[in-house]
Amino acid sequence: MLTALLIFLPMIFSLLVLGLKPTLAKFLAFFGSLAVLLISLIIVFKFDKTQGNQFTVDWTWIASLGINFSVGIDGISMLLVLLTTVLMPGIILSTMNDDSKPSSYYSLMLLMQSALIGVFVARDGFLFYLFWEVALIPVYFLCLVWGGENRGRITLKFFIYTLTGSLFMLVALIYLYFHTPSHTFAIDALYDAGRSLDATQQAFVFVGLFLAFAIKMPVFPFHTWQPDTYTVAPVQGTMLLSGIMLKMGIYGVIRWLIPVVPLAVKEWGMVAIVLSVIGVVYGSCIAIVQKDFKRLIAYSSIAHVGLISAGLLTLSVVGMQGAMIQMLSHGVIVFGLFYIVEIVSARVKTRELSQMGGIRNVAPLLTTTFAVIMLGSVALPLTSGFVGEFLLINSLVQYKLWMGAVAGLTIILGAVYMLKTFQKSMSGETNAVTSTLSDLNYHERLVLYPVVVLVILIGVYPAPLLDISEVAVRNLLSLYPDLSASLK
Amino acid sequence: MSTGAMICLIPLLPLFGFVLISLTGKRLVKGFAALIACASVLVAFAFAVALFVKLLKGSGPLTATMFQWISAGNFSASISFLVDPLSSLMLLVITGVGFLIHVYSIGYMHDDEAFNRFMSYLNLFVFFMLLLVMGSNYLVMFVGWEGVGLCSYLLIGFWFKNQDYNDAANKAFIMNRIGDLGLLVGMILIFITFGSLNYADVLPKAEAIGTPVLTLITILLFIGAMGKSAQIPLYTWLPDAMAGPTPVSALIHAATMVTAGVYMVARNNILYTLSPIAMQLVLVIGLATALFAATIALAQNDIKKVLAYSTVSQLGLMFVALGVGAYASGIFHMVTHAFFKALLFLGAGSVIHAMHHEQDIRKMGGLRKYIPLTYFTFLVGVLAIAGIPPFAGFFSKDEILANAFRQNPVAWGIAVLASLLTAFYMFRLLFLTFFGKTRASEDTIHHIHESPKSMTIPLIFLAILSLGGGFMGVPELLGGGNWISGFLSPVFARSTELHVEHHLSHTTEFALMGIIVVFTLVMIGLAYRRYVAKAHVPAAEGAPLTPAHKTIYNKYYVDEIYDAVIVKPLYWISKLFDIVIERSGIDRLVNLIGDSLNDWSGIFRRIQNGHLGYYIFVMVLGVILIVAFSYTR
Repeated sequence: MLTALLIFLPMIFSLLVLGLKPTLAKFLAFFGSLAVLLISLIIVFKFDKTQGNQFTVDWTWIASLGINFSVGIDGISMLLVLLTTVLMPGIILSTMNDDSKPSSYYSLMLLMQSALIGVFVARDGFLFYLFWEVALIPVYFLCLVWGGENRGRITLKFFIYTLTGSLFMLVALIYLYFHTPSHTFAIDALYDAGRSLDATQQAFVFVGLFLAFAIKMPVFPFHTWQPDTYTVAPVQGTMLLSGIMLKMGIYGVIRWLIPVVPLAVKEWGMVAIVLSVIGVVYGSCIAIVQKDFKRLIAYSSIAHVGLISAGLLTLSVVGMQGAMIQMLSHGVIVFGLFYIVEIVSARVKTRELSQMGGIRNVAPLLTTTFAVIMLGSVALPLTSGFVGEFLLINSLVQYKLWMGAVAGLTIILGAVYMLKTFQKSMSGETNAVTSTLSDLNYHERLVLYPVVVLVILIGVYPAPLLDISEVAVRNLLSLYPDLSASLK
Repeated sequence: MSTGAMICLIPLLPLFGFVLISLTGKRLVKGFAALIACASVLVAFAFAVALFVKLLKGSGPLTATMFQWISAGNFSASISFLVDPLSSLMLLVITGVGFLIHVYSIGYMHDDEAFNRFMSYLNLFVFFMLLLVMGSNYLVMFVGWEGVGLCSYLLIGFWFKNQDYNDAANKAFIMNRIGDLGLLVGMILIFITFGSLNYADVLPKAEAIGTPVLTLITILLFIGAMGKSAQIPLYTWLPDAMAGPTPVSALIHAATMVTAGVYMVARNNILYTLSPIAMQLVLVIGLATALFAATIALAQNDIKKVLAYSTVSQLGLMFVALGVGAYASGIFHMVTHAFFKALLFLGAGSVIHAMHHEQDIRKMGGLRKYIPLTYFTFLVGVLAIAGIPPFAGFFSKDEILANAFRQNPVAWGIAVLASLLTAFYMFRLLFLTFFGKTRASEDTIHHIHESPKSMTIPLIFLAILSLGGGFMGVPELLGGGNWISGFLSPVFARSTELHVEHHLSHTTEFALMGIIVVFTLVMIGLAYRRYVAKAHVPAAEGAPLTPAHKTIYNKYYVDEIYDAVIVKPLYWISKLFDIVIERSGIDRLVNLIGDSLNDWSGIFRRIQNGHLGYYIFVMVLGVILIVAFSYTR
C-alpha cells in the first residue's frame, strides 16, 4: 500500500493545489512533498536489505490485455525513490524567492513526481511505459510556458526527440508482450520472453529499448536536445530533468534492458560503453569552452552521465553499485549547481561567466556552498562524487584498462572546467554588478545547506546506501554468471 | 588511552580544529582561532611521540580501524590506519614541523583579515597529510593525497582577489590531477591484481606477481608521484605555487606535501625493487629533475622562487635515492630536508616580512645587520642544504651520493653536479640577501625590523634541527650507528634482501666524501668572489642577457612549451567539438531528420484518404503481420 501511496499522494496534492493563490499553492505543494518524503523514509526504515522486491501492490487493471497495476520496491528502486522524494521538497522550496508562478506550476511539479516514482516502482511493462510518457508531459509544459528565449522551438525538439525514443521502446515492449505465453506485461514474463529470443531478435529489442533510454540520459550522440533544453527551462524544470528525470534512462537500462536481453547486452554492450566513454570526454571538452554558466553545467552533466552508463554496462557489481551511488550523488550535486547558477544569474542579471567575478568578496556563504558542491562534482574524496566515480572507473579499468584510463580523464577535465568556472565567478575583484550582490538569504540556505551536508555525508559514509542496493544488484547480475566469475 | 584511540585522534584533532574554526568563521577572535589550530596539532604531535616511543620499545606496527568506508561486490576498503616506523617518522615531521609553522603563522599572518580562514586551512591540510601517511590501505592514502592537493589549491589561491594567484592555484590542482589519474589507475590495477587494497594484503604477496604487471603498476603510481612531488614533466606548478603565503610554501610546498611521492614510493618499495624498469625510470627522472631545477635556480631573483626550484631539485635527489634502492637514505634526506627547507622558507618569510613584501633579492643586500637572528638561522639552513659537515644535509646527502656511486658512477656524477650547483645558488642567495651594501630604498631600510617572537622561535627550533638532525643517520664510516636506517629497516627488509649491494672500500668512501666537501667549499668560494668580493648584482629586469642566461632565466621556456603543446590544443579541440561536431554536425543532422520526418508525414496524410475499403485492407494486413510476427521464433 505504501508504494501506491507514494504514487498517488503527489497526484492528489497536484490536484489540490490547482487554483489556489500562488503563495498558498507553494506552501501546500511543499507540504505535500514533505509528506511523500516522510512516507519514503518510513519505507526505507522498514526496508529489508537482505531481500529483493518488497512493498508490492498488485491490482488487476485491464485483465483482457494482461495489464496490471503492479508495483514494488527493491534496493535499486528504493534509492531512486529516495532521490526523488528527497530532491522534490528542495525543488519546490527553491521557488521561494519567486512569487510570479501560478498554482499550475506547482501542480505540474507534483504530477511529475508522481510519474517519476511510478517509473521507478513499476513492475509491469505497460505501467512503466505509461508513467514514462506521463512524466514527459508536466516537464514539457513547465519548459514551454515558463522557459526562456526560443522555448517554443527548443521544447518541441525535446518533446519530439524523447517521444521518438519512447515509441521505439513501445514497439520493443509490445514485441516482447507477444512473446509471453499468456500475453501479459508482467515484468517476470517479459524477462522470460526476452531471454527466450535468439540473438538477432534480442538485438532488435536491444536497439529499441536502448534508443529510448539513451535519448533520455542522454548518451552521446543522442544528446543534442539536452543543453538547449536545460538552458532554456525554468530552473525547477532543469532540476527535475537533470536531477531526477535523466535517471529514468539509467534506471531503464538497469531494470528493462540488462535483464531482458542478456545476449544482446553482452554482444552490443561494448558499443554502448564506447559511446558513453566518448560522451565523458566530449561533454567535458565542450564544457571547457562554454561561456554560459548554465550551459556549462549542462555539458558537465553529459560527461557525468556518460561515466555512469559506461560503468553500468560493464555488468559488474562494482560498476552497477557505482552507478547507483553516483546517480544519487549526481542528482544532489546537479540540483545544487543549477540552483547556484539561478541564484547568481538572477542577481547579476546574466549567465555569462565573463560578467561575473569577485562574488567571494561579498557573498562568502554562497561561495563556500558553491565550493563544496563543486568539490563533489570534481569527485574529491570524502565528497559524494568520489565514491561513485571511483567505483565506476574501477569497473571500467577491470573491463578494459585503456577504457578506464580514457574515462578517468574526467577527473582532470572536470577540474579544468569547474575550477575555471569558480575562478571566473567567485574569485578576483568585484565589478560594478557583483559589488552589491547579496549573500544567500534564509530560503536559499534552507535549500543549499542540506545539499552541502548530503554531499559530505554520502562521501564520508556511503555504506548504508550501498547496502540498500547490493542485494538487488547481485540478483540482477546473477543472470550473467560467466561475467561475474571472470571478474574474480 | 588505548593505542587505537590515540591513532585515530592524531588525524581527527586537526580536523576538529578545522571544523571548529571554519564553522565559527569571523566570530571567533583571532587569538582563539590560533590557539585551537596550534593546540590541535601540538596534541597530535604529543600522541605521535607516544606512538613513536611504543615503536622504539619494540612494539610491532600499530593499527586501528575506524569504519568500513566503501564496499561494493568484491571491493571493500575501510578507513583504517597503520603506524609503523615509516609512518611514525612522517607523523613526527608533519605534526612537529607543522606545529612550528602554525606558531610562525600567528605572527606572519597576524594582520590578514582572513586570519581564521588561514589557520583553518592549515589544520585541514595537516588532517589530510596525516591521512596520507597513516592510511593502512591505498584508498585512505589516496584520500589524503587528493585532500592535500585541495588544501594546496586553497592556500595558493588564498589571496583570491589576485587572478594570477588563482591561476597558479588552478594550475597546481590540475597538474596534480594528471598525476592522480595515474595513481588512481595504478591503485585499481593493484586491486585487480591482488584482490585488495590493504598494504598488508598486497606488499607481502608482491613476489608472486609477474614483473610486467608490477612494472605497469609502479610506473602508474610513479606518475602520481611526479605530480605531487613536482618531478619532470609535472613540476611547473611548484614554482608558481609560491603565490601562496610563505608559511604555506614552508609547510606544504617544501616540508610535507611535496614529499608525499617519496613516501609513496618508499611505502611500495618491494614493488619497485621487483621492477627494474620502474627503478631505472625513477632514477632517471630524479637525476634529470635534480640537475635541471638546480640550473634554473642559478638565475632566479625572487627569494621564494630560488627556494622553490631548490625544492624541486632536492626532491629529485630523494628520487635518486629511491631509484638506486637506497630507500632509507631517501627518507632520511626527506626528514632533514623538511627541517632545513622549512627553516629556509620561514627565514625567507621573515625577510619578506621585514622588507614589507619585497621578494626580489636584487633589492635586498646587507640585511644581516638589521635582522641578525633571521640571518643567523638562515645561514644554518644554507649550510645544511649545501652539505657542510656536520649540518643535517651533509649526512643525508652524502648517504644518497654514496649509494648512487655504488650503483652507477654516472648517476653519482650527475647528482654531485646538482648538489654543487645547489651550494652555489644557495650561497648566491645568502650573499645577495644578507651581505654587501643594502640596495633597498631609504624608506624601506628605515622600517626594517626583526620579526616577532612567534616567528623567530620556530626559526630557532628549526635551526637546531637543521644543525643536529643529521646525527640520526651518522654512517658507520664516521663511527655512527646510522640509527634511522636501523629504525626503518623493518619496512625495507625484503627489498634489502633482494638488493644487490656493491661494496665500497672505506678508502673510496672517504675519498668521495672528501672530494664532495672540497668542491662544495670551492663553489662557496666562487659565489663569495662573485657576489661579495666583486659585489655583482644580477641584471635588472629587461636588461640584455646572454642567450644561455636568458634561457635559464626564463626556465627553459617550459611553461610556454606546455601552453603551446597541451593547453592551447585542448582548447582548440574543445572548440572544434563545440562548433564543428556539435552544432554543425550532430545537431544539424538531428534537425535534418526531424525535417524530413515532417515531409514524410505529408505522405502519410495522403494514406488517410477516407476510403473505407482501404482502411479494412490495412487493418487485415496489420493483423496478419502481428500474428505472423508472434509465431516467428
